[in-house]
Amino acid sequence: MSVDMNQFHDVFFEESQEHLDEMEKLLLTLNVSEPDAEELNSIFRAAHSIKGGSGIFGFDALTRVTHVMESLLDLARNHKMVLTHSIVDQFLSTVDTLKTILANYKAQADQDDALIANTTQSLQHLLADQQELNQKKADEQGFGFFDQPQTSLKQDDSFGFFDEPAPQQHDDGFGFFEPLTGQEHPTELSQPNTEPETKPVKSELKTPNVSTASDASKNSVSAEASSIRVDTNKVDLLVNMVGELVITQSMLSLIGQQITGPMSEKLQTALGELVRNTREIQDAVMSIRMLPISFVFNRFPRLVRDLSTKLGKQIQLEIEGGNTEIDKSLIEKLADPLTHLVRNSIDHGIESPEKRLAAGKPEKGTVILRAQHRGGNIQISIIDDGAGLSRERILAKAAENSIAVPDNPTDKEVWQLIFAPGFSTAEQVTDVSGRGVGMDVVKRNISSLGGHIDIESTAGEGATFHIFLPLTLAILDGMGVSVADSLFVIPLVNIVESIQPEPSQVKTIKGEYLLRVREEYWPLLCLYKEMQLTPRFTQPEHGIVVLIESNSTRFGLFVDALEGQQQAVIKSLEKHYKRVPGVAGASIMGDGGVALILDVESLSKQVKHTLIKDMS
Amino acid sequence: MNKSKTESEKVVDAESQPQEFLSFVLGNEHYALDIMSVKEIRGYEPVTKIAKAPSFIKGVLNLRGDVVPIIDLRIKFDIGEPLYNEFTIVIMLNVLNRIVGIVVDAVSDVVTLQGDEILPPPEFGVAFDSNYLKGLATIDEKMLILVDIEALIGSEELGLITNTDAIAQG
Repeated sequence: MSVDMNQFHDVFFEESQEHLDEMEKLLLTLNVSEPDAEELNSIFRAAHSIKGGSGIFGFDALTRVTHVMESLLDLARNHKMVLTHSIVDQFLSTVDTLKTILANYKAQADQDDALIANTTQSLQHLLADQQELNQKKADEQGFGFFDQPQTSLKQDDSFGFFDEPAPQQHDDGFGFFEPLTGQEHPTELSQPNTEPETKPVKSELKTPNVSTASDASKNSVSAEASSIRVDTNKVDLLVNMVGELVITQSMLSLIGQQITGPMSEKLQTALGELVRNTREIQDAVMSIRMLPISFVFNRFPRLVRDLSTKLGKQIQLEIEGGNTEIDKSLIEKLADPLTHLVRNSIDHGIESPEKRLAAGKPEKGTVILRAQHRGGNIQISIIDDGAGLSRERILAKAAENSIAVPDNPTDKEVWQLIFAPGFSTAEQVTDVSGRGVGMDVVKRNISSLGGHIDIESTAGEGATFHIFLPLTLAILDGMGVSVADSLFVIPLVNIVESIQPEPSQVKTIKGEYLLRVREEYWPLLCLYKEMQLTPRFTQPEHGIVVLIESNSTRFGLFVDALEGQQQAVIKSLEKHYKRVPGVAGASIMGDGGVALILDVESLSKQVKHTLIKDMS
Repeated sequence: MNKSKTESEKVVDAESQPQEFLSFVLGNEHYALDIMSVKEIRGYEPVTKIAKAPSFIKGVLNLRGDVVPIIDLRIKFDIGEPLYNEFTIVIMLNVLNRIVGIVVDAVSDVVTLQGDEILPPPEFGVAFDSNYLKGLATIDEKMLILVDIEALIGSEELGLITNTDAIAQG
């Protein structure tokens, strides 16, 4: 029994989280002086749904807070309360409180009673004030009790069918079943004939209000109607099974090539079909895990609003490409680094309005969040039109914190210094950024996702951070290399180039090989030694050297041969065995054999020398 | 509540209900393990070697998408000759929420043993530590050594499982 309840809990948590996100989004875009009735209704419904659900499950703290909030929202949507910026702020902070409460219930942690009491109390004050105000008004105008049905009637007139059924009509239905209520009110369906034109008119009217929300948010609303909620484990299982299918298919293709005789042509045709179908299935299944990046982007309007108020800067946030799809697992891990970068742009990048005016720039700074596909990668850019990075300040700061700086560094090398551990350019550590979590963490987070960051900056015109990420974490673009008859996969992002060295390029220092490549000496690591194998070649000039760049160092990896580029489906070694040093995981090859995926970071720790620049 | 009930039932099972074991051969000795932990039996195939692993861990193998380790008990316990030919067998085990393959010389039979046919394990005289033994049984005049495969696979000696909580789970 208790297990059953837990299942419902998970659904409730997920739905409530969505409702809260929706509320936050709507509150941010709400036009305070002329609030859109539809939007107020949506906010009200979200609060109502959470209240209903929390009541069922006995999450009292949620019920208490949402109840008061709901009463206030009810006043607002019935034109009995005039919205102000401070009231919206209060609603927003209530949403924050609700999020905290929800997270605590989810984690089965203790609730912060003081926080709940505070929020409820301040909302109740507000409610009491408003009711008092309304009482006065009602006394004066003799209005009052009959007001409510009239206004809801008015709403029906203006929005017709497209207005969702007013919530008070289904107070008895729990928030849980809300998507179905439309069907429970067949009377509502009779209206579209009378007013079919209202919809386009309304959506046109609505556009100007949505200044910061991306176009994606509206599309996702319309897509919601035909979506179902599926356990991610089921999707993962499907992805795994399709991976198996692809392997089986390539095994079949290998066998098919060996078949001769009259049947071979037919077999080849059928195998060709199989190849195409499996690829299509693979694409379709992979796309299930993909979500629009607006899931991350949508939190930024709030962040920018809060920060610009706090810092006294005027900032406009533009979101582009919110529909770009990216693997769900990446979305979850992108939130922190992106937040950090956006904060950074606002705190350090965009100048104060006075400085901007003095520099001949518009008072209002612009931050653009842009996502786009680039080949097999996704590129996310954070663009600001602020002051840009200061070469002098970065170099001074690096010297101050004794961070190693290359001689005569290029701009690019200077910009990369801000990713060094223990670096912070803020002149003073503010509440906003510089809380000890540096850009080095951002870089590490992005690298752990298999991506990298580039910086472009022009002094006085602004800075751009480009994040490049693979589309999915489940598949890795790699280069297959072999030592003896063992196959290894090196992640493509780490490879600089592969070369067949000339004997003259290979030097030795204390028994360790160094390889001279264009004025630089790269330390060499022999894969056969690391993997304890008997190689075909022991002299680097007979085999292949793959030049590799890791987070900490650069080195050459000496292998027997290259086996070609391939997409490797990443399998865990730890699931049935344990971590293996120097190995990040395993992948199954076309012939069914297992290849090990090299862990470049842990291999780089074996490198004894650092890269030496040729002084001659 | 429910859990304790099933546990007590299990104890009763072990005493009175017949249990099935898969018997296999290592060198000249006959062993058996609980058939419920056997996933499948297959021929030996070449494996992918793993660097810096002890010699009894032959490497890893693709078992329909799962990358599973293969261990050779003959090397670990120094029984018989570790030969790999067309008769060499790998028993795929499903224990402690993991899949592990063990290399044996041959698989002989499935035997059903009554609780009272199982004798307590000897303190010495077998290649295995007595911690990994469930007991002894005699079938057709042959001594059958019953292996506690969960204890063996989860043991620190094999080093297959690094974190101790994985053992507690099993």
